[in-house]
Amino acid sequence: MSKKTATREAYGKTLARLGAVNKNIVVLDADLSKSTKTADFAAVFPERFFDMGVAEQNMLGTAAGLAAAGKIPFASSFAVFATGRAFEQIRNSIAYPKLNVKIAATHAGISVGEDGASHQSIEDISLMRTLPNMTVIVPADAVETEKAVEAAIEVKGPVYLRLGRLGLPVLFDESYRFEVGRAVTLREGSDVTVMACGLMVGQAVEAAEMLAGENISARVINMHTIKPIDRDIIIKAARETGAVVTAEEHSIIGGLGSAVAEVLVQSEPVPQEMVGVRDTFGESGPPSELLQKYGLMAGDIAAAAKKVMGRKKG
Amino acid sequence: MDSSVLQDLEAKACKMRQDIVRMLGEAGSGHPGGSLSAADIVAVLFFNEMKTDPQKPDWPERDRFVLSKGHAAPVLYAALAEKGFFTVDELMTLRKTGSRLQGHPSMKHLPGVEMSTGSLGQGLSVANGMAIAGKLDKRDYRVYVVLGDGEIQEGQIWEAAMAAVHYKLDNLVAFLDHNGLQIDGPVSEVMSPEPVADKWRAFGWHVEEIDGHNMKEITDALALARTIKGKPVMVVANTVKGKGVSFMENQVGWHGSAPNAEQTGQALAELGGEADE
Repeated sequence: MSKKTATREAYGKTLARLGAVNKNIVVLDADLSKSTKTADFAAVFPERFFDMGVAEQNMLGTAAGLAAAGKIPFASSFAVFATGRAFEQIRNSIAYPKLNVKIAATHAGISVGEDGASHQSIEDISLMRTLPNMTVIVPADAVETEKAVEAAIEVKGPVYLRLGRLGLPVLFDESYRFEVGRAVTLREGSDVTVMACGLMVGQAVEAAEMLAGENISARVINMHTIKPIDRDIIIKAARETGAVVTAEEHSIIGGLGSAVAEVLVQSEPVPQEMVGVRDTFGESGPPSELLQKYGLMAGDIAAAAKKVMGRKKG
Repeated sequence: MDSSVLQDLEAKACKMRQDIVRMLGEAGSGHPGGSLSAADIVAVLFFNEMKTDPQKPDWPERDRFVLSKGHAAPVLYAALAEKGFFTVDELMTLRKTGSRLQGHPSMKHLPGVEMSTGSLGQGLSVANGMAIAGKLDKRDYRVYVVLGDGEIQEGQIWEAAMAAVHYKLDNLVAFLDHNGLQIDGPVSEVMSPEPVADKWRAFGWHVEEIDGHNMKEITDALALARTIKGKPVMVVANTVKGKGVSFMENQVGWHGSAPNAEQTGQALAELGGEADE
């Protein structure tokens, strides 16, 4: 459990494994296969791997055509380019016709590190979840990534898988059950609920430990699927704990925090605080320093929890 | 090619042009110019070249047609209706609420539409994907795509042009509906892509240049395309925007406006059709 694994590494290994099981899987990349780890698949199934060069729009369009002809294409690049450069291709050629394309984007969030803001995607969840027909999944560790890739294949339609560059602690063991659209309660609590996705799930668990030391009982929910969002678990948590903190390595505009807020304001209004990137671009630096500078640590979540508890009514 | 076959194709194209004018007149909006310029190409594809089965629109061995210049939806709908994918009567629902005939083609709405298009520049990439899948599955279907000459100003077209050659997609034939006009004016004045044939050749395509209204030249180009191995084929089809309706021909204003009742009647008279069938 002490070894750290990036979700992108789990993605590459899983693809290579599933490629043997499902012959319809094809993989496309845009000159980043060593970084996205699709090279793991290419090494085993070169005839089903297509490097499209530095041309993301064409890559997503080609994936649409492959899906229209019955293939299950996984198209990978960095999240900025996969969802930003090719947004309109995803919208019109994939989401609108509900084609079975899996967009697995790596290097999401500021934990990309030294490459800086141009390569740090903080808006991809927002872009993808606004599209009808799109499923959006943000795995929290290597095990969840493996199960999310398997689940994405079973979804009949487009899926966005948000993956990271940074090595992360493994949170789950092989018995972990993953179901698209069904969030997972990792820790029960009654005073406040922390809902997190991606690398912030580990931080949320740590925050709950810190809060426990101050006699605050924090529930932790892994919101691995941003769309369709698990409304029931959000409403239940709001009713039972009366306050919510969302935590994501993404802009607080349009991501997990917004998705949760949309449910709360319509169904069970309770105070919410959002931990995330606060409407600013990132910068170069070691991931750990950036996560601290941009307020994405366990301590930030704990502080937000105390703040939101102070806003509870009555 | 038997001359009677060519005459039949001309008759089909004429019928499709009547359908196009009639459905646009009824819809009150839409794109006649680029639909009429592509009518002969699309008629040859659907009635002479491609294997399709209206009873089995999802038949895995079928040839695929992608209308990358999706605003020419009426020409595709006319071909599909004449082919029997749905009734000719349904053409009159074009662009109306609840219709399967969306303003731009939607594969989820209408059988026979292989790809939802309308946002320019995306169809060639999709056609590439279908062609790659055909090769992977060792199926002998072919993929046909029609591009507009304004459309090829999109950068994605050239990404796809590179990829089709890189992956040796000799099961792919693209037509450039080279009618010379786009919304803002002559293509050469708005943003010239010329010399177009040389550009596609430079990207590694086998290029044929034809009169896009000459049935023999279209069928000959398609027959020749089947003999080209190891690379995709681009047919640069020189066409007339609005072809077949005198007052629409070469008139940029008819890119995206529908004929009124009087104009519809006049156009149908020129095409030998009835106004109120």
